[in-house]
Amino acid sequence: MARTAPRLILALTIVCASFAPRISQARSPDAELEHGLSSVIQAIEKDRPDVALQRVDALIAAHPTFRLAHLIRGDLLLARTRTLQTFGDVAKTVPRARVEGLREEALARLRALRTRPPAADRVPRDVLQLNPEQKYAIVVDSQLSRLYLFRNVGGHPQYVEDYYVTLGKRGMEKTREGDQKTPIGVYRVVASLPRNKLTDFYGAGAFPLDYPNAWDKLMGRDGHGIWLHGTPSDTYSRPPRASDGCIVLANPDLESVGRYVQIGLTPVIIADEIQWSSPAAVDADRKALARAIDAWRSDWESRNTARYLSHYSRRFRANGQDYAAWAAHKRKVNAAKSWIKVGISDLAMFRYPRERDFAVVSFDQNYRSNNLSNVIRKVQYWSKENGSWKILYEGAG
Amino acid sequence: MVDSVLRRTAIPRIVGALLFGALVGASAARADDMQEANALLKAGHYGQALEHVNKVIAAKPQDPQARFLKGLIFTEQGDTKDAIEVFQKLTQDYPGLPEPYNNLAVIYASQGHYEKARAALEKSIRTHSSYATAYENLGDVYARLASQAYDKALQLDSSNSTAQSKLMLVRSLVGTAPQASASTEGKVAQALEVAAAPATAPPAPSVPAPAPAPEAKSPPVVEAATEKPPAPAPAPEPAAKPTADLRREVLAAVDAWAGAWSSQDVGAYLAHYAPDFKTPHGEPRSAWERLRRSRVTEPKSIAVEIKSPKVTRVSDTEARVSFRQIYRSDRFSGTSDKSLEMVKIDGRWLIRQEQVGG
Repeated sequence: MARTAPRLILALTIVCASFAPRISQARSPDAELEHGLSSVIQAIEKDRPDVALQRVDALIAAHPTFRLAHLIRGDLLLARTRTLQTFGDVAKTVPRARVEGLREEALARLRALRTRPPAADRVPRDVLQLNPEQKYAIVVDSQLSRLYLFRNVGGHPQYVEDYYVTLGKRGMEKTREGDQKTPIGVYRVVASLPRNKLTDFYGAGAFPLDYPNAWDKLMGRDGHGIWLHGTPSDTYSRPPRASDGCIVLANPDLESVGRYVQIGLTPVIIADEIQWSSPAAVDADRKALARAIDAWRSDWESRNTARYLSHYSRRFRANGQDYAAWAAHKRKVNAAKSWIKVGISDLAMFRYPRERDFAVVSFDQNYRSNNLSNVIRKVQYWSKENGSWKILYEGAG
Repeated sequence: MVDSVLRRTAIPRIVGALLFGALVGASAARADDMQEANALLKAGHYGQALEHVNKVIAAKPQDPQARFLKGLIFTEQGDTKDAIEVFQKLTQDYPGLPEPYNNLAVIYASQGHYEKARAALEKSIRTHSSYATAYENLGDVYARLASQAYDKALQLDSSNSTAQSKLMLVRSLVGTAPQASASTEGKVAQALEVAAAPATAPPAPSVPAPAPAPEAKSPPVVEAATEKPPAPAPAPEPAAKPTADLRREVLAAVDAWAGAWSSQDVGAYLAHYAPDFKTPHGEPRSAWERLRRSRVTEPKSIAVEIKSPKVTRVSDTEARVSFRQIYRSDRFSGTSDKSLEMVKIDGRWLIRQEQVGG
C-alpha cells in the first residue's frame, strides 16, 4: 500500500531556502534557538518531516512558550493528514495577521543566521566614539529586527552578540504619544526596573530610555515610556512588529543584555538599518568631527566671540533661544572675561540615524574663567552645513 | 446501545463487523460462549456478555480473542480504566497485533490524550505497516494535535474547540499480522496461532479487513487471500475479450461511479450498487449504506481517480473491472488496487462486489 507521502508546502521554506547559517562558536540563548529553528527548516527542505517533527519537539521541550515552534509543529502534524495550503494552515478562523506575525518572526530569525556574526572588518558607521566609561553600546537594526551589543575597545565598538527584538507594531520613527512606533535616534538607558516591580507583561525586567531626547523635543516629538523589556511568562518571543514602541527581547536575552547595561551610560542607537562600514571610513568621520569640536573649544578660549559664534548654525536653538538671542548673550558674557580655559574629556560621538550628516556628541566640559568655573556634562547636536560642522543645539546632558 | 456508548466516548464512527469466522479453532464450548458474548454485547447486555467471556478466559487465560472482546465490553460500558488495562496487557502479550493498540488509541483520544493516542497508533502501524484503520485514526489524531499546537501558537482558547475526533474502534481481533509475528518473542507463537486460525478453518473469513473503507486500501485482504488453500480456487474462465461496446459501457459506469463519489453525491453513488451487492463483511446492506453515507459526505472534499482500468468479460451481463484507484480527501489520501464485479441489470452496469487489493 503506497500511501502518498504528505507533501509539505511551507510557504516559509520557499523564502528561506538559501538561509544556511554561518559557523559561530559561542552561542547565546538567542543563537541557540535560531540554530534549532534552522535545523527544523533544513529537515523540511530535505523532505524529512519526521526529522523536522523530532527537532521541533526538542525545540518546544527547551522553550515551551516559543509560539513559532508550536505553529510549525501544527503544520508538520497537519501535513501528515493533508496537503498544506499555506504556512500556519490553521483551520479555525483567526486573524491572518497573527499567523503572518509568526511567519515574519521565522524569517527574521532565520535571516539572522546569515548575518551573524558581522564581518570582522566592518563596524557600525554611527558609532564614532565611545567614552571610556561606556563599557558597551547597543545598536538596533530595525529592518532586521536585531539588537547588536558591542564592547568598547579603545573607544571603538567591537561586536559581542546580537539578539532578535520586537519593535513597534506601526513601525519606526515615533513622533506622537500612542502612535505605537519605535523612535529612531540616539538614546541612553536611564533606569533599571527589576521584575518584581513590574507586571508579568514586561517579563524579566525593563530598561527605560531617555526618549524624547533634546533633539526629539526640538522636533516637537512627544510620548514617553520607551523601554527595553522582556516578554510575558506565556510567550517566549513576540512577532517582529508587535509592541507599542518598546524594544522587546526574550527574557533570557534581556537578562543577557542586562548584564552589560550601565544605567545612565549605555548608549542605545536605534536605526532603520546598520550601515556596516570600514573602520578607516569611520575613523575619518570621527577625526573630522573631533577637529570641529576642538576648534570650537579653542575659539571659545580665544574670547574672539565672532570666531566662537562661527561654529553655531543660524538655525541654532536651545533653551528657548534662537541664534540671535544666543549670540547676543554670548557677546555679553565673553566681554566680561579676561581669560577662559575649556577642557573636554570623556567625549562620545554618534552619527544620528536617518539624518544626513548629523551627529550627537557628549562630553565633560571643564570650564574655568576669571569670574566663573564649573564642570558640566554637555550635549551638542552638530550638523554639516556647506561642508563644515555647525552646532544646532547645546545643553546640559 | 451503541449510540449511547458513542456519545459517551465521543467515537461516532464505528467500523467493522464482528467476525465469527475468526473465532474458530478452539472447542465448541468456547465458540458457543464467544458467539453468545458477541450477541449479548451487540444487544447491550454487557454484564451477561462479560460472564460468557470470563468463562472462556477461565478455561484459557491467554485467549486473545476473548480478552479482546472483554476489552470491547469494558469500552462499550464506558469502563475505560479496565478497558485500557485489558488492551494494554494484550499489547504486551501479543505485540504483533495492531488492533489492541488501535483501540487503546481510541480510548486515549476520547480522553483528550492525543499524544498517547498517537504513540499507540504509531505502534499499531509498526506492527502492521498497512493497517488502514490505524492510519485513518492517526490522521485524526494528527489533526487534533495540530489544532492544539496552533492553539498554543496563536494563544487561542482551545476549550471551545468544536471539532471532535472521529476515531474508529476496531470491533474484532482479526489477527492479520503474519509478518509482524515473525519477531522472535516467545509470545508471538500465540499470536501466530491467532493468525493461523483463519487459514486452518474451513469458513475462511472472506474479507477479514479491519476496516472496510475502500478508500483506505486494506492489504490484509490480500494476505488472507494468499493464505487460502489454493485448491478451491476455481479455474479462471478463459479470459474472454470484452467486446468494444461492453468495455465502453462498463468503463462509463465506473467513471460515473467515481464521479458521484468525487462530487460526494451519495445518492448517485449508492445507486451504482446492485440490489444483491455483497457487503464487504457480510453486514446488512443498511449498515453498509450508513457507513458509506458518512464516509462519502463527511470529508470536505474527495477526489477519486481511476487509472489503467482493465475490463474482463464474464458474460454478456457480467464483467470484472480492475484498476488503480487514487483517493484523495482532506482527511486521507491513498492509492489502492481495486476490482469491481459488475452486473448488467435493466441496461445499467451495477457493482455486485467491490474488492480491494484484487
